[in-house]
Amino acid sequence: MKPSFWHRVDRFARDLTPFALTFVLMVVNAIPFHIPGFAQVVPLLSLIGIYFWSVYRPDLMPAAAVFLIGLLHDFISGMPLGVSVLVFLMVQGVAIAQRSFFSGKSFVIVWFGFIIVAAGALSTEWLLLSILSGELIQPRSVFYQFGLTVAMFPVLAWMLTRWQQAFLQVD
Amino acid sequence: MNDRERSISRIAAPIRTFAQRFAYIGLVFTAAMLMLVGKMEPAAFDRARAQVTDAVAPILDAVSRPLEVIHDMIGEGKTLLALREENARLRTAHNRLMQWQSVARNLENENKALKELLKFEQAPDTNSISARVIGDSGGAFARTMILNAGSKAGVRTAQAVITGAGLVGRVQEVGLRSSRLLLLSDLNSRIPVVIESSRVRGVVAGTNGETLRLVHLPPDVVAAPGDRIVTSGHGGALPPGLPIGVVSAVNDSMIEVEPFVDPARLEVVQVVDYGLDGIIEFKSSRTDKAK
Repeated sequence: MKPSFWHRVDRFARDLTPFALTFVLMVVNAIPFHIPGFAQVVPLLSLIGIYFWSVYRPDLMPAAAVFLIGLLHDFISGMPLGVSVLVFLMVQGVAIAQRSFFSGKSFVIVWFGFIIVAAGALSTEWLLLSILSGELIQPRSVFYQFGLTVAMFPVLAWMLTRWQQAFLQVD
Repeated sequence: MNDRERSISRIAAPIRTFAQRFAYIGLVFTAAMLMLVGKMEPAAFDRARAQVTDAVAPILDAVSRPLEVIHDMIGEGKTLLALREENARLRTAHNRLMQWQSVARNLENENKALKELLKFEQAPDTNSISARVIGDSGGAFARTMILNAGSKAGVRTAQAVITGAGLVGRVQEVGLRSSRLLLLSDLNSRIPVVIESSRVRGVVAGTNGETLRLVHLPPDVVAAPGDRIVTSGHGGALPPGLPIGVVSAVNDSMIEVEPFVDPARLEVVQVVDYGLDGIIEFKSSRTDKAK
């Protein structure tokens, strides 16, 4: 039996949420929190979103969606265009390539994977921007940003897992 | 029927995988091209960027308001706790400022008289627009902010953004109802300045970090910690005398400047139109050369 029209609309709307949630994370990144020194080191939430969905539901986070999120991130954060796009695509590529390794593994392993991926992503970003601006960017705040991003991962991953269980179960 | 479907999928699956891989490589390539074009022609994506910022501005505006209220409430609580000390501090500050006021009055009169003697050309009148900070670049790699006023409100590129304490930065790009403020601390920020006491010219450059650097000083000029740095007005885009910061540390390799304005606490800023067009283009856009 073919699924009804409304069933398909419902399915489609649910399938769109990984992208939508990652977009929301990116907007949250841009909110001014008025905490001294926080703006430079705010955790890169969209990176968490992209890694999470690439590992658990790569079918719902295609490369084109990653591209779009990276592009919007570059636009909104005022960074040179293309940098986040490239870094996010790399993260997705690595996450999908290592997917068979992650499947069925405990959360700690996936977190550990994220630590490595985030380190690679932020150092690539640092390198690209240093090349583009022609001088070395102070690495200190990049380290702090890395630490906070990695620390935020379990919290966000827990929320995204709950979301996945509630709305994205394959039926 | 079933067999046919299976054979189709047997042919289609590798094609699909191939197409996906191809699309991925294509997207990576596009990203690299974007970077290259953006590097060669920095102004190329300004309009697109302003439009995207414009589109997100209402969301950011709505979300940033409650946060601001919470932040204000915390601030209020802190001041209530420190009321007594604050009062004593303000009393002494008031006495000191009253003295300064009389000094300033005298100087103002003297200045006016001298200007009349010299037929000094007055700086044009200024117009200012108040704008709320609704977005932050959020990250270690860029120091910009999004303001909720754009070309509709009269904001133009390269205008100065100030608070009572001093210069915050300059307007980098303008959308219809939002604009992007390039903070002094951004790596791309360069402001012509003078050391207030010695009138030596230099440039204040951002580092993406907390402090700024004073560069391009003439050789054998010494700056000492505590020296005030103000805009020089060179380049014609900013008026002279806007406070920027004080020299906080001097060592062999660089002179650090501590800015007067802490961008983290900014909620409302003033975008000021000094009626100066600027003889130096703010960004190296080649389209304006014909002017």
